Amino acid sequence: MITAPPVVQTKRNYINAEAGLMSWLLTKDHKRIAILYLYAVTFFFIVGGMFAALIRIELATPAGDLMDSNTYNKVFTMHGVIMVFFFLIPSIPAILGNFLVPLMIGAKDLAFPRINLLSWYIYMLAGVFGVFVLVTGGVDTGWTFYTPFSTSYSNGYVVMTAMAAFIMGFSSILTGLNFIVTVHRMRAPGLTWFRLPLFIWAHYATAAVMILGTPVIAVTLFLLMLERGLHIGFFDPAYGGDPVLFQHLFWFYSHPAVYIMILPSMGVISEVVSTFCSKKPFGYTFIAFSSVAIAVFGFLVWGHHLFVSSQSAYAGMVFSILTFVVAIPSAIKVFNWTATMYKASVRLETPMLYAIGFIGLFTIGGLTGLFLASMGLDVHLTDTYFVIAHFHYVMVGGAIMGYMAGLHFWWPKITGRMYNQLWSKVAAVLVFIGFNLTFFPQFILGYMGMPRRYHAYPPEFQVLNVLSSAGASILGLGYLIPGIYFVWSLKYGKLAGPNPWGATGLEWQTSSPPPPENFEITPVVTTEAYEYGAQEVIHVG
Amino acid sequence: MDSPVAVVPEIENPAALQHHFETPEQQKDSATIGMWTFLLTEIMFFGGLFLAYFAYRQAYPLAFASASLKTNLLIGAFNTTVLICSSLTMALGVHFAALGKKNLLVVFLILTLILGGAFLGVKAYEYHDKWVHHEVPGPHFECEGCVDAQHTQLFFSLYFGMTGLHASHMIVGAGVLLVLIWQAHRGKFTADWYTPIENFGLYWHFVDIVWIFLFPLLYLIDRSGQGGIH
Repeated sequence: MITAPPVVQTKRNYINAEAGLMSWLLTKDHKRIAILYLYAVTFFFIVGGMFAALIRIELATPAGDLMDSNTYNKVFTMHGVIMVFFFLIPSIPAILGNFLVPLMIGAKDLAFPRINLLSWYIYMLAGVFGVFVLVTGGVDTGWTFYTPFSTSYSNGYVVMTAMAAFIMGFSSILTGLNFIVTVHRMRAPGLTWFRLPLFIWAHYATAAVMILGTPVIAVTLFLLMLERGLHIGFFDPAYGGDPVLFQHLFWFYSHPAVYIMILPSMGVISEVVSTFCSKKPFGYTFIAFSSVAIAVFGFLVWGHHLFVSSQSAYAGMVFSILTFVVAIPSAIKVFNWTATMYKASVRLETPMLYAIGFIGLFTIGGLTGLFLASMGLDVHLTDTYFVIAHFHYVMVGGAIMGYMAGLHFWWPKITGRMYNQLWSKVAAVLVFIGFNLTFFPQFILGYMGMPRRYHAYPPEFQVLNVLSSAGASILGLGYLIPGIYFVWSLKYGKLAGPNPWGATGLEWQTSSPPPPENFEITPVVTTEAYEYGAQEVIHVG
Repeated sequence: MDSPVAVVPEIENPAALQHHFETPEQQKDSATIGMWTFLLTEIMFFGGLFLAYFAYRQAYPLAFASASLKTNLLIGAFNTTVLICSSLTMALGVHFAALGKKNLLVVFLILTLILGGAFLGVKAYEYHDKWVHHEVPGPHFECEGCVDAQHTQLFFSLYFGMTGLHASHMIVGAGVLLVLIWQAHRGKFTADWYTPIENFGLYWHFVDIVWIFLFPLLYLIDRSGQGGIH
């Protein structure tokens, strides 16, 4: 390691190697494309968050006083569409995955840099459609586009919204395709499959779900657009079709899509837990294969969204059992992270706070999923706030906590700067408190029978709804503070150096920010992943 | 490792080696795996429509069988032949690309384009015919004397959805083929490097295979029971 500390700041890196707007818009560097995604995805996160704020303000009182029911329908639809398709699905893979997959495997770039840039432009094109729908009056179908409401009765811009999701899908497919080929063909010499970081395993599994699932939602939305736009019917009984077929096709993608959102987060948590315990993750192979198992079983459980449709009860039983089965690999991960922390000297840095939050919240989200997987109980809970609370524990408590953990963990690598330690810890705690205050009351509300997607509710539900709205404002503050200190750190943060956390991955071996070609000399890997010195030998023995 | 060594500039690369690959083999492998992965996504893409077809055919077998008789078997069979021939010319194109025979490569790519165009032309004629006979789903649809007009229409929705999606893949393929013909004519491909030709061949064969499934599913249901060719 020959280093020259005084010139670190002016060292050539991917940010200062080229200047000018066009050098960014036409870049083929995966790190710069990750930054492009960071801006775009953050924009949509803010927009989606504003819709969430509108929902919570409306629900602070039992009467529908802020907006009428039609407007409310559009608000929750836009919240769902934007958060699912424009934020959660691309967030970790397209930003952190894009930045880190080549770095972690010792490659100079993803296998197809031009396709990578193309995927960003496709995302932006989808964004144009999304924003068009926003400014011209919205859509009221819910993010699920259920037929025949969406094709025959809705007054909103269904075709435009479906087109936005359709186009966005291709961006996701191209990202997944790039990851698959990259992991297969671009690994550094000596980096065997079982030396790969768990983040890579998680992204490989995610990419598999992306390329196998996304085309199905694409063709489903294509049929939806034909039915809505050209009256070529497939799903509406008036045309001889069956709406339940739409639900099957929709959830064949949209349930695995949940794993597109959560698997990358799990990859982040594996890295963070290992680093801040300075320990090899307990049961590396189990964590790696559990990612693959989640991807496989994730494709076999979509029918649990159809328990109250006309799906046969026998099919329902099979889907119910398979849903219980998919909990096993998820539980394996939770137990392994916990076992990694056991008797380790845990450093409670900000990424680790988010990671611990993730483990707790994801566990609640996952276990409440089993309530919903039970066919009898599901009849009572379907379309209530219990479902809302469940999937927000997985999506927000899981996926976004993981995203925040990852962003805080790799921020020094991405920007070369450290953020404020105190404020970042305050924000992490605020997010945890705000999140639980927002969504825990919704479990109770749902169990008491409050249905989702209504702008008014009986007065006896008000106390819990006010708690939820109050929690949402704390949560919003928790997300606002990182926005401030991250921007602040770009100019005033102290220089991070190549490896501020003392982690072992290849991405920490190069400078921060990394040079355009990632490694000046292609690294050769001679050790297992997560070799944390001699103490590890004792533990393994 | 942080020594200020300048980046290695352009490596001399006869095979158009991109900067992030170590060897031409790695580059070619990556492109090929990428193409196969892409075709996997295409299978899933068409798969949704095939599922819809199977679900509805299972539910309404009689309506589907009788609606299928309204398709023009002779034209369909002719088009199937055209498409299989285009696969042959494409395969020969790849063969001559591997041998580095530029002129033959161009000739067979052009033949492939002509056959693909012929298929699309015939398909357009069929669509027109369907329109004239009020067999296009929607307000224009009529089916006098049909036992089950509603599900006959559903069959034609699937017919147009499936063949339309297939035809759009042919159109995209024809566009790419035009570019490849131009590049081949300019001598871009050599016996050492013709990856785009090979991968496009995979795509073209895939689109053909989709048709090989579509033809029996849409044209041949229950033909034997109904007195053969109409």
